[in-house]
Amino acid sequence: MPSKDKVLIANGQGFWGDSILGPVRLVEEGPLDYLTLDYLAEVTMSIMQKLRARKPDMGYATDFVQLIDRILPTLVERDIRVIANAGGVNPHACKDAILKVVKKHGLEGVKIAVVEGDDILDDLDDLCAKGEEFLNMDTGEPLSSVRDRVTSANVYLGAFPIAEALETGARIVITGRGTDPGLVLGPLIHEFGWGREDLDLLAAGTVAGHIVECGAQCTGGNYTDWQRVPDLARIGYPIIEASPDGSFVVTKHEGTGGLVDPSTVVHQLAYEMGDPANYITPDVCADFTSFKLESVGENRVRISGTRGAPATDTYKVSLSYHDGWKAVGQLTVSGPDALAKARACSEIVWERLRLDGFEYPQEQRLVEYIGANTCHAGIPVPGADDPAEVILRLGAKGPNKEQVGRFGMELVPLVTSGPPGVTGFAGGRPKATEIIGFWPALVSKDLIPTRVEVFSTED
Amino acid sequence: MPRVKLARIAQARSGDKGEGSNIGVIGRSEAAYAFLKEHLTEEVVQRHTERINAGGVKRYSADNMRVLNFLLEDSLGGGGSASLRTDAQGKTHGLALLRLVLEVPQAVLDATPDDSRDGSGELLETVAVDDEE
Repeated sequence: MPSKDKVLIANGQGFWGDSILGPVRLVEEGPLDYLTLDYLAEVTMSIMQKLRARKPDMGYATDFVQLIDRILPTLVERDIRVIANAGGVNPHACKDAILKVVKKHGLEGVKIAVVEGDDILDDLDDLCAKGEEFLNMDTGEPLSSVRDRVTSANVYLGAFPIAEALETGARIVITGRGTDPGLVLGPLIHEFGWGREDLDLLAAGTVAGHIVECGAQCTGGNYTDWQRVPDLARIGYPIIEASPDGSFVVTKHEGTGGLVDPSTVVHQLAYEMGDPANYITPDVCADFTSFKLESVGENRVRISGTRGAPATDTYKVSLSYHDGWKAVGQLTVSGPDALAKARACSEIVWERLRLDGFEYPQEQRLVEYIGANTCHAGIPVPGADDPAEVILRLGAKGPNKEQVGRFGMELVPLVTSGPPGVTGFAGGRPKATEIIGFWPALVSKDLIPTRVEVFSTED
Repeated sequence: MPRVKLARIAQARSGDKGEGSNIGVIGRSEAAYAFLKEHLTEEVVQRHTERINAGGVKRYSADNMRVLNFLLEDSLGGGGSASLRTDAQGKTHGLALLRLVLEVPQAVLDATPDDSRDGSGELLETVAVDDEE
């Protein structure tokens, strides 16, 4: 039997770099059982691998440690538990940093659980030897074409290892790569005793997790009719009020800014969506066309009737690899004739590079005139023909670092050797930086063991 | 028939999806959604976004949310960190689509409250068909 008939789960972080005010206000300004925090984008894993290679105690989301330092006393006082994928590629270093914070606050009996098994970078050759091909899901290419350039490889784990970690009584659960909705589904499995066969319930928890995974994007952030949203500065981050039957209400703390209504929630449901009838996670295939969505009060939206189908027998893997070099820089070009002058500047740069023996094919160049309708290219927009000023944004990419770096040297000279009114070069000369490519693939679930370990300051 | 921007009868959000982007278009009313399901086709979206998207367009629908979901298959100038574009994640593609001008029956407009507050939903009586071609 479920121990509770209602569980409150909030998400306070949509990505690494999201506002610290979101989670701080969630734990301080109203009731809560669980706080989830999502720090990982695809590119983050590769960056973290590089950080760890340089310093063995790095490679996790350091923002998380700062946040816990600020909210730990409140978490303990109000009995709120935290689930965060802040572990990145080094969850134990993250755990050690959190244990130091616990010690600093002089709090006893705070348990930290670590979920592992997602990082398969060191196991790639073994897995290949066992017959795993890691074919690119988009192109069908074999991994061999990039194998020697792979910089990270992480499995998207599901919600059950998180539920297992919560069973240990841990106050804080740290994971590496997992699905974003799993951060919310994990505590629901734990609280309500949902099993692997409860497909509709797992699908409902997945929908709930998807709604809150980007933080304030379901409470009025990034919303079409933004003028209608009250007090964006004090926007409340989302809370799921979940029931054991799988139905749930999306809401936010009373007195916070933002807006929760069917359309703000649907904005997020449609985000990063492929086929809505078949949203695949390691736990379930959720049908986003199945549920009913209704307003049940001010800033309260209820979702019920979600259906799910059995999960597949594979995990998704995200591999990253070195994919060449890029450099992008910008200058501001004032009027009169801002756009015409910016066009001339672009032509001058490519011609000077050609004179020096450096050719850049069209598909490796970027030319943007920001202020003259770059974002909506090709769509008529009033005023785009003669803007008062333009930001000229030029870029180049390719396999050769020297070639890309040479491009970066020809931008700033325009200030003195191009048309008049070229300024805004404070960023200096753009440097060549690495392009990280992504390789989506699948791996058999039965070859990926997961592990949960528990730690405390008393150990 | 009245000519309006898509923003008058729909909302939208977009984001990255591999080397492309997805645009979720949300009908502002049942009548608007039914109209869009018939008229906002893959071909219409493909034509409107041809300078943004180098690939195909695929459409899915979710009637329970009044959502048409469009996948623009090659709209970021390379995926992940390979894109040089300022909008490398397709965050603005939804608003680009909301600029689409459509001929919408008066009955659909009457059944669809104008909830936009930025004037984007106003009736475009002065726009002639030829200007858009």
